[in-house]
Amino acid sequence: MDLSEITKRLKLEVKAGNGSLSNEVQGGYASDLISDVIANAEEGDLWVTLQTHQNTVAVASMKGLAGIVLVNGREPEADTLQKAREENIPLLVSALPAFELIGRLYNLGLSGIRK
Amino acid sequence: MRALHADMHIHTCLSPCAEREMSPLTVTRQAREKGLDLIAICDHNSAENVQAVVRAAEKVGLAVIGGMEITSREEVHVLGLFQEDRLLSAVQDVIYDNLPGENDPGIFGEQLVMDGQDRVIRRNRKLLIGATDLSLDEVVRIIHEFNGLAIASHVDRPSFSVLSQLGFIPEDLKLDGVEVCSERLPALPGNTPVIRSSDAHRPGEIGTRQTCFLVENGTAAEIGMALRRTGGRRIITGQ
Repeated sequence: MDLSEITKRLKLEVKAGNGSLSNEVQGGYASDLISDVIANAEEGDLWVTLQTHQNTVAVASMKGLAGIVLVNGREPEADTLQKAREENIPLLVSALPAFELIGRLYNLGLSGIRK
Repeated sequence: MRALHADMHIHTCLSPCAEREMSPLTVTRQAREKGLDLIAICDHNSAENVQAVVRAAEKVGLAVIGGMEITSREEVHVLGLFQEDRLLSAVQDVIYDNLPGENDPGIFGEQLVMDGQDRVIRRNRKLLIGATDLSLDEVVRIIHEFNGLAIASHVDRPSFSVLSQLGFIPEDLKLDGVEVCSERLPALPGNTPVIRSSDAHRPGEIGTRQTCFLVENGTAAEIGMALRRTGGRRIITGQ
């Protein structure tokens, strides 16, 4: 499933990276510790987090993640937003809390474990 | 110029997670016994025991730098070390304004404010163990605004460190140095000044890790010069 489909179905707000919404999402990863994401997220994962620091964008780019979803309606910081635009990394916001959002992503067929 | 043995990260009984025994007299006595010339008092998000430790230290000939271990919104711990009481107190006001919540001593521990003779003057009611709503960038900016030194705490620990929370040190973050706890140095940007300190929460931990500075005296200004390697000041060893 591509990111634009997920964005539509879960009513995510696109803050940056409009040009990369055709990214194929291959799985999901949820964590607020960036060191953990560096160690454990996989290429093509959609990253669910409440972390708004600009380092998220660098890590998403480095790991080839499909995009970042901020939960609970969190606003990205200004420099985070700018970096995401520069690097064309999809930065999305959901009004839902993480547990609910992840449940709905799972129901759409995304998994945290690669088969 | 002389070599000062310093432990730049010591908590007192004001930090809810520190032992009650971390009173001004005990901390200063223990520091002297461990051969320290200089300590910095860095309680979580508060500096209310700094004055008491300064008083207690006068009797044993120990230099004290007033500081605070500030928790950013990302739950990164940063040491702020300050030159003057006035500036330290002004920073504390800013931190308090941005620190939500109230402490529950039964869960997190007591937060005792003492005088120089170890008498309890009051209990701090703020949630000192909590995080401020200031971003790491803002914390560092505020420390510098009040002429302080910003040192990222225990960067090699798996929690509450800039590396655990943010993966790497942002290039544009203007840290004056980093604190390391283990023998092995994590990957750091070149030329980052490194200190070693105990992060003592119990008397027995004081001085278990130290940094030796070549400086004129034990003030924040001199330590800043040593971190920047200016005026002949420098770090001799961190052990």
